[in-house]
Amino acid sequence: MTTTITAATERAMARETGLQQQRVRAAFWFLAPMLLMLFFVAAWPLFRSIMFSFTDADANNIFSGGAEWVGFENYLTWRVRENGDIRWRGVLADPDWWNAVWNTVRFAIISVGLETVLGLLVALMLNAEFKGRGLVRAAILIPWAIPTIVSARMWGWMLNDQYGIINSMLLSVGLIDSPIAWTARPDTAMIAVLIVDIWKTTPFMALLMLAGLQMIPRDMYESAKIDGIHPVKVFFRVTLPLLKPALMVAVIFRLLDALRIFDLIWVLTPRSEGTVTMSVISFQNIREFGDYAEGSAQSSLLFLIILIFVGLYIWLGRVDLTGERS
Amino acid sequence: MANIQLRNVTKTYGAVNVIKGIDLEIRRGEFMVFVGPSGCGKSTLLRLISGLESISTGDLYFDGERVNNVLPSKRGIAMVFQSYALYPHMTVYDNMAFGMKLGGSNKADMDARVRRAAQMLQIDHLLDRLPKQLSGGQRQRVAIGRAIVRDPRVFLFDEPLSNLDAALRVQTRLEIAKLHHDMRDVTMIYVTHDQVEAMTLADRICVLRDGLVEQVGTPTELYDHPNSVFVAGFIGSPKMNFLDGDFARAHGCATLGIRSEHIDLVPQGAGIWQGQVIHAEDLGSDNYLFVEIGSKEPLIVRQPGKVAVPEGATVSLQPRPGMLHRFDETGRPVQAPLAAE
Repeated sequence: MTTTITAATERAMARETGLQQQRVRAAFWFLAPMLLMLFFVAAWPLFRSIMFSFTDADANNIFSGGAEWVGFENYLTWRVRENGDIRWRGVLADPDWWNAVWNTVRFAIISVGLETVLGLLVALMLNAEFKGRGLVRAAILIPWAIPTIVSARMWGWMLNDQYGIINSMLLSVGLIDSPIAWTARPDTAMIAVLIVDIWKTTPFMALLMLAGLQMIPRDMYESAKIDGIHPVKVFFRVTLPLLKPALMVAVIFRLLDALRIFDLIWVLTPRSEGTVTMSVISFQNIREFGDYAEGSAQSSLLFLIILIFVGLYIWLGRVDLTGERS
Repeated sequence: MANIQLRNVTKTYGAVNVIKGIDLEIRRGEFMVFVGPSGCGKSTLLRLISGLESISTGDLYFDGERVNNVLPSKRGIAMVFQSYALYPHMTVYDNMAFGMKLGGSNKADMDARVRRAAQMLQIDHLLDRLPKQLSGGQRQRVAIGRAIVRDPRVFLFDEPLSNLDAALRVQTRLEIAKLHHDMRDVTMIYVTHDQVEAMTLADRICVLRDGLVEQVGTPTELYDHPNSVFVAGFIGSPKMNFLDGDFARAHGCATLGIRSEHIDLVPQGAGIWQGQVIHAEDLGSDNYLFVEIGSKEPLIVRQPGKVAVPEGATVSLQPRPGMLHRFDETGRPVQAPLAAE
């Protein structure tokens, strides 16, 4: 009796693992096309680009396969000159590169910071009930829907020092005495880029956070209402903590985007030292100077920096999650 | 601690009339249950009393003071929500203390109140947990505890048991009843669609239907003297048997109601109704016989103990005298005495 039961159980278990295996196999076949695609469009180019960064590839030898392995020379190398001075070379010793890194990080932090705050304000507004809310929600997405190239051109005209409407408006209210070449001047170019990026991306942040806000049950607020808690306190003690997961995801999306910004800067402020970012400098090296080796080294470094930023963000975010009870 | 009066209270959302004019007095320290089918306006009525919704027309008084325009937080109420509305990112303690903490209360006083409430509900060992670490019943108790901490004049419950499983519902129901005994001077208003909860908890029940009060009274009054077919059918389980047509005409009414426990099995031919038993439900303590006597729905007859009546048997039935409920075409009770009875 006992043996038959055990045998039956074993058979059942075997059947179960068989089922599990079937599921795993099915899942693999469903995923296979995407994995293959990802390999060709993401993993392989990334691998190639990292490989190039360790060679002396340039426009002359890259297609003939004559590029030679040079180790870390593109990143950092030094030579002791006859007079005993050490000369550093490579991307990491290049002030232009560090300028681009600084521009990118500055841009990412300021733009994502302001977009988060403004997006949250817009989301809170859209979360309130008022007439025509659906229309406003749709309308607010327009800046996000316009292609970056188009909005960059559009803002380029508006910011133009000769015929731009913004200068004209600022002049007429007397805020400035003479027109400002916003996109051309090194000290205002970054401001111009930030304005356009914030204008463009705040709606996206707002919608992501609106989705988060709508997940918060209404009776949380009603309970706070009965307790007579001030709305500002409710926001900081209830809304914000509950919104945090959505907020974290929204910020990481934007951070990734901002760290590799290229199109807006390329169109709005071409070749401005005040705005050139890591993507732009790497692109310039590869496309304009044919310096595949240095450009690849720079894009590999960009990849590494993004990896560090995101890793840091996730790590810090998790630390905060467990520490929130204090 | 409060006496609540509603005078011709209405609530409209746009063109929709949800509450159509309610006059009601809820006495100090009373446990009042609003009961009715979904969409009858019972939750809306509770929200009007809480101040979470504004009253369209009419007046609401707490102890004689008109509170139509008083903020919820100033009404001296506490509310237990159907979903508990616990803050998921706060511990049980913080959930219970939240209102007082941000209201700027004395810390020692707050701590004492939270601990006392926790003790009352036997959740003092859970104070450091997060809501997600609690079972449904424990969450419900935390929600009640949070309300107790507010030391309210009026306790409002919005279907607090509907998210619990059957066994837990009975247990928590008992605890709420105990709470009412312990807090004798606090007025409690409880919304439910479950007439059993209403019957077991209430001092008085207010049956609502389509935004109007159908009947107000003690559970016994409502059970024994329903003043409409609706109340008669809504209160009591199993549902009251309703007979119409010739069955009703014989008793001088349009609808004849009789509860299942008021019908006796009598020797063949001795009863006024005969029929075949088409189904029997044995609940252990009681037997429910479903008897086909030619009415629209089979008559349910409740037999205490183990009366073995086989399915298919023909039985004779006799309603107990004085236990018949007679209603006219409008669903109201027939007042005129019946000569035959």
